Amino acid sequence: MGRYIIRRLLQMIPVVIGTTFLIYAMVFGLGDPAKGRCGERPCPPAYIAKFNAEYNLDKPLVVQYVLYLGKLVHGDLGTNFFGNQVSQELIARYPITIKLTIIAILFELVIGIAAGVLAGIRKNGFVDSLVLVSTLVVVSIPIFVIGALAQLVFGVKLAWFPVTASDGTIGQLILPGLVLGSLSVAYVARLTRTSLVENLRADYVRTARAKGLSRGRTVGVHTLRNSLIPVITYVGADVGALMGGAIVTERIFNVNGIGNFIYRSIYQHDGQSVVGAVTILVLVFLLVNLIVDILYGVLDPRIASD
Amino acid sequence: MSEAAVEESLAPAAEVGPSAEGRSQWAAAWIELRHKPLFWISAVLIVIFVLMALFPHLFTHTDPRFANLAQAREKPSLHGSIFGRDNQGRDIYARTIYGARASLSVGVLGTLATTVVGLTMGLLAGFFGGWVDSVLQRLGEIFFSIPLLLGGVLFLYKFPTSVDAPLIVQVLKIVLVLALLGWPNIARLMRSAVMQVKPADYVQAARALGARPSRIVLSHIMPNALAPVIVVATINLGVYIAAEATLSFLGIGLQSPAISWGSDISDASGLGLIRAAPNMLLFPSLFLSLTVLAFILLGDAVRDAFDPKLR
Repeated sequence: MGRYIIRRLLQMIPVVIGTTFLIYAMVFGLGDPAKGRCGERPCPPAYIAKFNAEYNLDKPLVVQYVLYLGKLVHGDLGTNFFGNQVSQELIARYPITIKLTIIAILFELVIGIAAGVLAGIRKNGFVDSLVLVSTLVVVSIPIFVIGALAQLVFGVKLAWFPVTASDGTIGQLILPGLVLGSLSVAYVARLTRTSLVENLRADYVRTARAKGLSRGRTVGVHTLRNSLIPVITYVGADVGALMGGAIVTERIFNVNGIGNFIYRSIYQHDGQSVVGAVTILVLVFLLVNLIVDILYGVLDPRIASD
Repeated sequence: MSEAAVEESLAPAAEVGPSAEGRSQWAAAWIELRHKPLFWISAVLIVIFVLMALFPHLFTHTDPRFANLAQAREKPSLHGSIFGRDNQGRDIYARTIYGARASLSVGVLGTLATTVVGLTMGLLAGFFGGWVDSVLQRLGEIFFSIPLLLGGVLFLYKFPTSVDAPLIVQVLKIVLVLALLGWPNIARLMRSAVMQVKPADYVQAARALGARPSRIVLSHIMPNALAPVIVVATINLGVYIAAEATLSFLGIGLQSPAISWGSDISDASGLGLIRAAPNMLLFPSLFLSLTVLAFILLGDAVRDAFDPKLR
């Protein structure tokens, strides 16, 4: 197990370096990095000189990148248009985005697994067809339409939930969380169903049934435990999609999180903020996937030992 | 996404190869497909949307950009415009028809680009193995770890589209992002399919007969490893159309005056407007969802046809 964790950690290093280099090269290596820093007008030469010196743009790309990486390690993401540290802006906002993401993940795990199990136990039954059809519907409607409709129906018309979530309390974040998780609920349900159906045909299930265990126990204890392994992996990969989706959801419900920060920074042409926030989100995504991979090794010892 | 599931359920298909009666895998799949109502429904929908994208004037003679503020937010009616008019008095029906072109070209070109790049990389990695494989896999991991939407935001923010850029330039920019971030997915699938086919007897036989590597790859390995890639590519087409709409919704995808479902939905989705003119949101969303749904259903049907376990 220890060796597996160390191997995964070592494999992470080139990926982290590669992704941060990719982002860096795209932002600072291609085109004119100072473009858009001065609003609609071209920047004055004095500003460009100061900018180039501040970000080491006069040095070769690789040297620039190493210096940038050094700053990144110290949590320095530069200052934005308003003279604020981007890292401070992110620190102020991350708890809300984390709460929102956790609500979404809980929602997709609880509802998705329950629906998938119900569908998988009776393959081709009523619940199965219902899950299949409703997942198809959810998958094909874009998240921003679901968000706008949910806001109108549950927020304005029925008044079950607050219309916006500007304070970021749990109560306000429930509806945005459900919207954010809605797409993944569908995938989790289908994934659980597929892997449950496959596992129910396995020999160990037949053995368990043959020695007289109840159907509930064979499904709940024996099969489900094996069927959930792909679901856990999916949820790890899904965190990336959730973070992208958070930009949309937070915009619709006016949540003061990192997603809305990115959206507003795009509109204000505040490049430093966009790049800093996206870089951090990508790093968080890598970290979550590392944790999920290690968890995967714990759940399924076959993975760790090969 | 569901690729993991797709990959899993597809794995055995490649092993089985040509079926017992000497029919090729493709012929067997076609016979299976012909009897599926879902296949025909999705195929008909796709044909309609493709016609809409190629020849919008078959469906409408109204100018989608003609705005008459006096008619702003007119309700749908059988006499005037059947879908109603938007905030600026433009005909929603005409805009929805013309919006198909942007969405479908992003979807089709994005899928072509990711598939060509992914296929090549996957073939190289699977066929040569060794250090080529390791390098390509690490490279894929790097691009794979940037979530599509975040990468798209960053790229399109860095290279913004000017308002007067022609539609094709705007579309190609989004296609470039999709290809850049989407290829590892296809490459991974292709690599595992190639590695499954490679030890097969007919490949060994071809090699023993002295066939060149290019011939082995193109006429022996490729046709037998292609099925899973086609399935995922079809499903991805729907995903890419939705991604374009999301980027346009955020204001960094296609720019007005280009007409796209995503930007029209974005225009329609202010809370006040949804209450005042829900038809503005409804019709482009409906067409967008139907397109995405059609491609997902087609992909599902093709997968079922290739997967003998489900028969």
